[in-house]
Amino acid sequence: MNTAREDILDAVRRARGREPLDARTCATLDARISTPVRHLRPTFDEDLTARFIRKLASRSGTVARVAGRAQIPAAVETFRSTHGLARCAAVGAGLKDLAWPADWTIHHDRAGIEETLSVTPAFAAIAETGTLMLLASPESPTTHNFVPDNQVVVLETARILRHFEDAWAALRERTDGMPRAVNLVSGPSRTADIEQTIQLGAHGPRRLHVVLVD
Amino acid sequence: MIETPKASPTVGLFVTCLMNLFRPSIGFATAKLLEDAGCIVSVPASQTCCGQPAYNAGDNDAARALAKQVITAFEDYDYLVGPSGSCMATIRHDFPVLFAADRNWRDRAEAVAAKSWELTSFLVDILGITSVQARFDAVATYHDSCSGLRGLGIKGQPRQLLAGVEGLTLREMKDSEVCCGFGGTFCVKYPEISVKIVDDKIRNIRATGADILIGGDLGCLMNIAGRLTRIGSPIRVYHVAEVLAETRLA
Amino acid sequence: MDIRSHEFQARAVAALHDASLQQALDKARDGFVAKRAVQVAELSEFEALREAAKTLKDHVLDHLDHYLERYEAAVVAAGGHVHWARDDAEARRIILDICKRVDARTVTKGKSMVSEEIGLNAALIDAGLTVVETDLGEYIIQLAGEAPSHIIAPAVHKTREQVSDLFEKAHGGPRLTEIADLVDAARLALRERYFQADVGITGGNFLIAETGSSLIVTNEGNGDLTQTLARVHIVTAGIERVVPTLDDATLFLRLLARSATGQETETYTTLSTGPKRAADLDGPEEYHVVLVDNGRSRMLAGPFREMLRCIRCGACMNHCPVYGAIGGHAYGWVYPGPMGSVLTPLIKGLDAAYDLPNACTLNSRCASVCPVKIPLPDLLRRLRHQQFKQAITPRRQRHALAAWRLLATRPKLYHALERLTARALAAIGGRAGRIRRLPGARGWTEGRDLPAPPGRTFLERWQTERGQS
Repeated sequence: MNTAREDILDAVRRARGREPLDARTCATLDARISTPVRHLRPTFDEDLTARFIRKLASRSGTVARVAGRAQIPAAVETFRSTHGLARCAAVGAGLKDLAWPADWTIHHDRAGIEETLSVTPAFAAIAETGTLMLLASPESPTTHNFVPDNQVVVLETARILRHFEDAWAALRERTDGMPRAVNLVSGPSRTADIEQTIQLGAHGPRRLHVVLVD
Repeated sequence: MIETPKASPTVGLFVTCLMNLFRPSIGFATAKLLEDAGCIVSVPASQTCCGQPAYNAGDNDAARALAKQVITAFEDYDYLVGPSGSCMATIRHDFPVLFAADRNWRDRAEAVAAKSWELTSFLVDILGITSVQARFDAVATYHDSCSGLRGLGIKGQPRQLLAGVEGLTLREMKDSEVCCGFGGTFCVKYPEISVKIVDDKIRNIRATGADILIGGDLGCLMNIAGRLTRIGSPIRVYHVAEVLAETRLA
Repeated sequence: MDIRSHEFQARAVAALHDASLQQALDKARDGFVAKRAVQVAELSEFEALREAAKTLKDHVLDHLDHYLERYEAAVVAAGGHVHWARDDAEARRIILDICKRVDARTVTKGKSMVSEEIGLNAALIDAGLTVVETDLGEYIIQLAGEAPSHIIAPAVHKTREQVSDLFEKAHGGPRLTEIADLVDAARLALRERYFQADVGITGGNFLIAETGSSLIVTNEGNGDLTQTLARVHIVTAGIERVVPTLDDATLFLRLLARSATGQETETYTTLSTGPKRAADLDGPEEYHVVLVDNGRSRMLAGPFREMLRCIRCGACMNHCPVYGAIGGHAYGWVYPGPMGSVLTPLIKGLDAAYDLPNACTLNSRCASVCPVKIPLPDLLRRLRHQQFKQAITPRRQRHALAAWRLLATRPKLYHALERLTARALAAIGGRAGRIRRLPGARGWTEGRDLPAPPGRTFLERWQTERGQS
């Protein structure tokens, strides 16, 4: 008996009225994978940073700009106190070296069910739609992006890229291959499943705050 | 494909089934508009139906038989013009598809399709007419019939011509591009759904405050008119050709 | 899920009389259409993107075997597993086997139309598993014991009051009436479920051959919690979901959110590639993809191939007057609206869903908004043709067509009958000029008057007045 795999692939080939593709066609298609076709992209002349902030804000994300890496903890503290959050946070290990307030309880492990705040390093961002690109790694566990009610993402201004395709190119340039998860985040969690009324914080964070490091 | 029309092109008038039976005035209005524009209008007696009811019911053989009849009846005219986006879309788009496997008939179908036009698009796009002499005192709203709108790109042409009608005010309704629920035999096969859809349409018509509704397809217009009188609405319904050919007060 | 498409007419009429449903549909309709229109107007490249997406999808379908093999190899290279399912039963079996092997008790699910298509929930529940839908809309209808009525807004047919009732029954406590409170209640109820889950099942909007990734888009983040917190992540996807590269997926993503919810992008777009890495602190220990054929390779062969371009955005149903009138449940299976009226007969059989291709006015609004330019009305007409050829079309209708053809191909006879009919109808219409009831035309006159004709046909008058033919 054929395996399902063989049956399905055979059926697909029969449907196109042919045998398996010849080596030359395969090589052409493989080249199409290794060198992606450049598709039409939305054009815009807006400054990348301005657009990123505007687009993210249009989906209820907030942004604070700081002059340097050293100012990150203070910016996060401002966010924390503004929203009256407890002094505890899951901080991505990539941000371990920063001088976090001494009275905070912080950890670098995965987020637990009671987690209220996380601080996450972004790999890049996409100006086109105001989207953050977060990569799963020991320094940035995926649970930090979805479990807490509040997420602060640290992004370097220079990492704001124009289009999604630029972000894919940056991803391909990494030496350690595809991360387990690539999370493209364009705002806090939302739902419109009850009477098409938009409500933030459906399952993921209710608040998404970006600390933009110039 | 589109050449500059002759000064007096011959036009075979396509007589839609519904118009022939229910509203002959549309046919006379169409003939008047065409003749005013310098066309020599004929009405081939060997025509019946474009075959769309068969095609939409899945009976492609019957549709082909009817299509052949239309092609034969009209292929000698410079143009085939009809006051219906629906029938003309069938002739323009579906005839060539029906004969995909028959080279000879496909060529003939394509030739007829290429010179077949819905009335308002023929007047505006082919003859280059920008206004007609007409007077019609009313506040109107316009329903875009789906086949004409999406099949033939008819949207601006009737509005452009209506804009020149003395005494007529056109007020756009919400969702003028949404189906009225007619859909050929759909409206009798699924009458409850059809009536719900036409009720939505009528709500939008009423909201404009218009006293007449104008459209380019008699099927849609009969559906809307039939519902309007059933619910006791005084809004009257006209085919765009009737309004454009009107010279008296409404 | 059992198919009930043969009850379409009765269910449609019931839907028209369901006040809550009509209230919900009224709210939904304008919102989807208006939001999409805003997004389309803002992106000048939208039409060009539609054309490019159509071309790309056709390219993929032409070489589907190759891209599936490349995708599979990339998944395996990333430490994942690929399973192939010829049909729904095989897909259920594969997933049940995985659940049994890992000794699963609780299964969380992100929204997946393929899992609905293969009837997964019932099979898992029969096997003694606890299944929890985590998309808010899916969660609501799971509590109601219903199927989705829309492919992207499964509970679009429910009013807030109905959700209040369901939550009161399921969660206890005081009755919540504010939408914010209802959303919070679901968030709270599902939180522990994510952490308890042994297996998390999601769909896959796209499968990327370049990287072996599955891609999902959500607004809630439920799909991500589902797949990150469970020990095992299973992706279910149709074989047509594969795309060559991340750049290719992007082309579709630019169309998907705009067409579906009228957003520039959904909140979360997630690429999942294999199980957790050795040093990772979270993520599933196992990553499986179940590639489901279930009629798709058959579709690829025939005149319905273009349907495989579908990216499941729901724009066709959002713009369909029939869907807007009756909602999704009347269609009787998993996929409603225009795309469902094509897919259901193709997957479940032409005679199992006679009404679906017929209950359409062929107004083409669906095709005009389809992001991948599927000619839905043409496909529906083709289905009608197949029904006619296979004598699934009711006999009365076939006989009527045959009789009509006989007349319509004989112009003299046809015109004579039209003249008789015109006179008869004019007589019935009388001075009122309208006919309120006509035997044999009840479908028309039950809800509408038939405008009575003046009595003489156009052809008759033309010949008299103009004397030419």
